[in-house]
Amino acid sequence: MKQTPLFELHNSAGAKMGEFAGYSMPLFYPLGVMKEHLHTRASAGLFDISHMVHIEITGKEAAQLIEHACPYDAANQPVGQARYTFFLNQNAGVIDDLIITRLGNERYLIVANAGCAEKDIAHIKGLAEKFESRVEVIPRGFMALQGPKAEAILAKEGFSSQELKFMTGVEPKTGWFLSRTGYTGEDGFEIAMPVDETVSFAEALLAHDEVELIGLGARDSLRLEAGLSLYGQDLDDQTTPHEAGLLWAIPKPLRQGGTFVGAVALAEKIAAGRTRKRVGLRPLGKMPVRAGAKLVNEAGDDVGKVTSGGFGPSFDGPVALGLISLEAADHPLFAEVRGKKIEMEIHPLPFVPHTYKR
Amino acid sequence: MSTTYYTEEHEWLSVDGDTATVGITNHAQDQLGDIVFVELPDVDDEVEQGGDTVVVESVKAASDVYAPVSGTITEVNEALGEDPAMVNAGAETTGWLYKMKLSNPAELEELMDLDAYKALID
Repeated sequence: MKQTPLFELHNSAGAKMGEFAGYSMPLFYPLGVMKEHLHTRASAGLFDISHMVHIEITGKEAAQLIEHACPYDAANQPVGQARYTFFLNQNAGVIDDLIITRLGNERYLIVANAGCAEKDIAHIKGLAEKFESRVEVIPRGFMALQGPKAEAILAKEGFSSQELKFMTGVEPKTGWFLSRTGYTGEDGFEIAMPVDETVSFAEALLAHDEVELIGLGARDSLRLEAGLSLYGQDLDDQTTPHEAGLLWAIPKPLRQGGTFVGAVALAEKIAAGRTRKRVGLRPLGKMPVRAGAKLVNEAGDDVGKVTSGGFGPSFDGPVALGLISLEAADHPLFAEVRGKKIEMEIHPLPFVPHTYKR
Repeated sequence: MSTTYYTEEHEWLSVDGDTATVGITNHAQDQLGDIVFVELPDVDDEVEQGGDTVVVESVKAASDVYAPVSGTITEVNEALGEDPAMVNAGAETTGWLYKMKLSNPAELEELMDLDAYKALID
């Protein structure tokens, strides 16, 4: 199993480690998932996300390459702006969801999911052959500091971020990258740094009483309450951005066509109309309904499935995301769990309001 | 006077005559983390040794709890419906799961005593 630069730090903090995307990652610390989750929403949580992939695209035709690979107008993206987008396949299925920040006129940073690293790198390198561009994978430490106290803590560590709005990013020093982004629904930051500076920076952040280490367990419950998709569960190469409820990430003119990979299929599928959609689901009662549970209507017909589900500590009850057929949305819905039928109510997303600094 | 037995699956049972109280061990609750829901069997359910009997849900995952021995459920810990975190706070006391009447007490011979269980988790 691969290790992040913070592997030893997790062990000495008493983390329960588990495998995620080929990495040994902290699932939770002695504080426990529930308290880690609530601490992040109340104060500041520090997440090791070094397993995520950083790909830098440089060169004269960097913008054109991004515009070919992703459905947005990268040439008009202001320097410093971060963008949520996708790699699509020819059927408009999602190969991966990404955050791309423009670092300079001819420089873009792609942050991709760990589990998709190999296929993403192969995909973008394949496309890059037709453009005057360079694709470089940058190994480095990567952490998220999330929660209402994150800004003040970073300021104490010498990073003034008041000017930094949600979905923007800067390079505060050589080899570093700081963006006001995250995966919790809270205000917060993601910070990348050279591998050999990762441990000392983590220790500096952890020296503040307000900061606690947060594992993947709480990362999942936080993002679920925030209504954010997890690739491999809520999104995959068989699901279009339209079905996944993510069309907002694609500029309107490009939904009718364009030159990006998947443009034709995407326009066709949008015109034909989707047959299923992603929804927030609240299981009635206290029992959590997990990913994979079948969704049925009153007659017992299969109408979809739960794609993510668990307990929401801040919501104080079970929460889920599901992919359901369009017509099922107007009728009672049930999840099948261990032979029981649990009634599911469609719930607006997010379950817990976002607190982004826009 | 009751005798307490332990299983490799991290259940405990405290036996008094032909009845037993069953729960998960403190080690098990520690591994599972915060428990948010416990699905208990019904009274009068007949369970077989090793069969799925209870589901304990933590924030992140659902875990099966197996019957340490065969028998009939006589009582379940209703308080866990309101406060499932009792299993974290008192796994081997107030956080018990159910009581049962043993149908085959000979099965107890396959289980561990406290010393053997401690050796297992160390």
